Amino acid sequence: MADQPILLEVKGLKLHFPVGGGWFGPPRGWIRAVDGIDFALRRGETLGLVGESGCGKSSTARAVAQLHRPTAGQVLLKGQDLARLDGKALIAARKDLQMVFQDPYGSLNPRMTAGDIIAEPLRIYHTRGILRLSRQDMDLRVGELMERVGLSRGFRNRYPHQFSGGQRQRIGIARALALRPEVILCDEPVSALDVSIQAQILNLFKDLQAEFGLTYLFIAHDLAVIEYIATRVAVMYLGTIAELSDAADLYRNPLHPYTQALLSAAPIPDPEVEATRQRIILAGDVPSPDRARTGCPFVDRCWKRMDACRTHTPRLREAGPGHQVACFLYHDPE
Amino acid sequence: MDAEIILRVEDLRTTFDTDEGLVKAVDGVSFELRRGETLGIVGESGSGKSVTNLSILGLIPSPPGRVASGRVLFRGQDLLTLPGPALRAIRGDRIAMIFQDPMTSLNPFLRISTQMMEPLMLHQGLGRRAAKARAVELLLLAGISGAERRIDQYPHQFSGGMRQRVMIAMGLSCNPEILIADEPTSALDVTIQAQILDLIRELTRRTGTAVILITHSLGVVAGICDTLCVMYAGRIVERGPTRAVFAAPRHPYTQGLIRSVPRLDRKYQFVSCIPEGDTEKGPERLASIPGQPPVVVNLPECCPFHPRCDQAMELCRHRHPPATDLGQGREVRCWLYPEGAGHG
Repeated sequence: MADQPILLEVKGLKLHFPVGGGWFGPPRGWIRAVDGIDFALRRGETLGLVGESGCGKSSTARAVAQLHRPTAGQVLLKGQDLARLDGKALIAARKDLQMVFQDPYGSLNPRMTAGDIIAEPLRIYHTRGILRLSRQDMDLRVGELMERVGLSRGFRNRYPHQFSGGQRQRIGIARALALRPEVILCDEPVSALDVSIQAQILNLFKDLQAEFGLTYLFIAHDLAVIEYIATRVAVMYLGTIAELSDAADLYRNPLHPYTQALLSAAPIPDPEVEATRQRIILAGDVPSPDRARTGCPFVDRCWKRMDACRTHTPRLREAGPGHQVACFLYHDPE
Repeated sequence: MDAEIILRVEDLRTTFDTDEGLVKAVDGVSFELRRGETLGIVGESGSGKSVTNLSILGLIPSPPGRVASGRVLFRGQDLLTLPGPALRAIRGDRIAMIFQDPMTSLNPFLRISTQMMEPLMLHQGLGRRAAKARAVELLLLAGISGAERRIDQYPHQFSGGMRQRVMIAMGLSCNPEILIADEPTSALDVTIQAQILDLIRELTRRTGTAVILITHSLGVVAGICDTLCVMYAGRIVERGPTRAVFAAPRHPYTQGLIRSVPRLDRKYQFVSCIPEGDTEKGPERLASIPGQPPVVVNLPECCPFHPRCDQAMELCRHRHPPATDLGQGREVRCWLYPEGAGHG
């Protein structure tokens, strides 16, 4: 995968939301949802983004897709900075970057039929003159897409409420595929699904990737799901990346104490294993991301903290081949 | 485990009248719970696991719901026929419950102290001062530091994990004999989930409280439950000691469910603490169960799992399988195991 070209590169991405201050006054503070992260996606790979609620993984996806405009940083899609584009230029550039959302109930318009939902991206790009498609072409395309994601063409005129959760997620995937994108941002696409359906959808993602050479940014909070689908993994904590590594290396040799705690807390569906394994149980909760802080964001919950962790902020540094970590256990504070 | 049986559910059936027809949400569920036991009920959405427990507690909204038949024997008393006041005296006192979403099950307008003191004053007859002291003590036990100060705060001032701790403290406040926890950790992150499960395990072990844990997560069940019921389309399709069921699941649905969960420990030593040499390479593809969970409206007489089952036979299409006793506390509802076959 290392010889493939870089499709998407994120540099110094920040996304801050103002809080308080009323309608006209200046904001009283900022929620630092994403606070300076860098990563790159090569063609055909899957970067898993994992972390707990509030760590900024969904905000990252939304900032990459320009659904929220980034506060700072660059989002380079095939060398073009999406953060600097507007209007039609942004829409045209975003054709190669589509998104699948978490909630298969909330992300489909209940008043539109499945066929119309899947055709909508095509229609939008057609009316703006970016894409030329006849009515027949569009119908044909929708039929193909439905079949490809495992939905019968006969369901075209049904409404979202007539589908189960798994089928709804298939509609969302077909919609994301409609424009033949190269990169798909998947924001927790399986976490709302039942176990048996989750496996179906994960397999579908893998098959589509093999068939169309897709590149995924795959967000999940479940480490086992990420392990199954991702080739590289970024672990996020409080708006920053704590560890970024090839998937196998991350699971075999987790370096950051937070990654170690996450892995040891992930339940294993086997009572024999559960009875014997050692757990790292963290104290306390994730702190609120509402103020700038010096020092490591994980310092309050870390059982390996040192003095330097309070005074210096660790940056993501190479700790081995293809393995980066932001922790002073592995490099000295500068 | 030979502790005394404190709850026995017999042939429980709960139905809902809907525009589409009669929904048999719970369709002949039987199980028993012993003192100090932790029983897991797993199943996918719509399998009837929550309705089973709401029926036990007499919390089914009626209409449209109706507990059509069955008995729920709590220490020999049938909760289903108990008059309202008598049931209310048991509920929250000797049988307590924790719900999935700690935000919506706490009243946002009332201080934590008010909400925690209510059951103590109502059921235990404590005075205000004593109730508050006891509430603080419970919060400390549940791992909330600065409980004296925090008890006068409102729910929104607590994080999700903290709110769930408050719920657990409330649930255990009257030393219940049974704690029913409906997806207590599903809304929480894994590191917080580990803390909460640890807390439930620790507190119930200390008090001898029996737990019914409803969850969709096989990982949670594997970590905390002694026995396990797998539900599908309103019925318990497999039941038995957790270890035995995981080691050799009998029902095709249970087998599929266990196979379809991605596992971390197959490949990586760090996670499982199994020596590196013993690990096998996990499968490249997850084994999924084909099809969709059934809609339980006007279900014809058949095994509800047969359209998704890779071992379905002609018989499965026409008759519902009875429960077969496999011995050693195990039971399965599947035509692969005809009556009496399991004892061999």
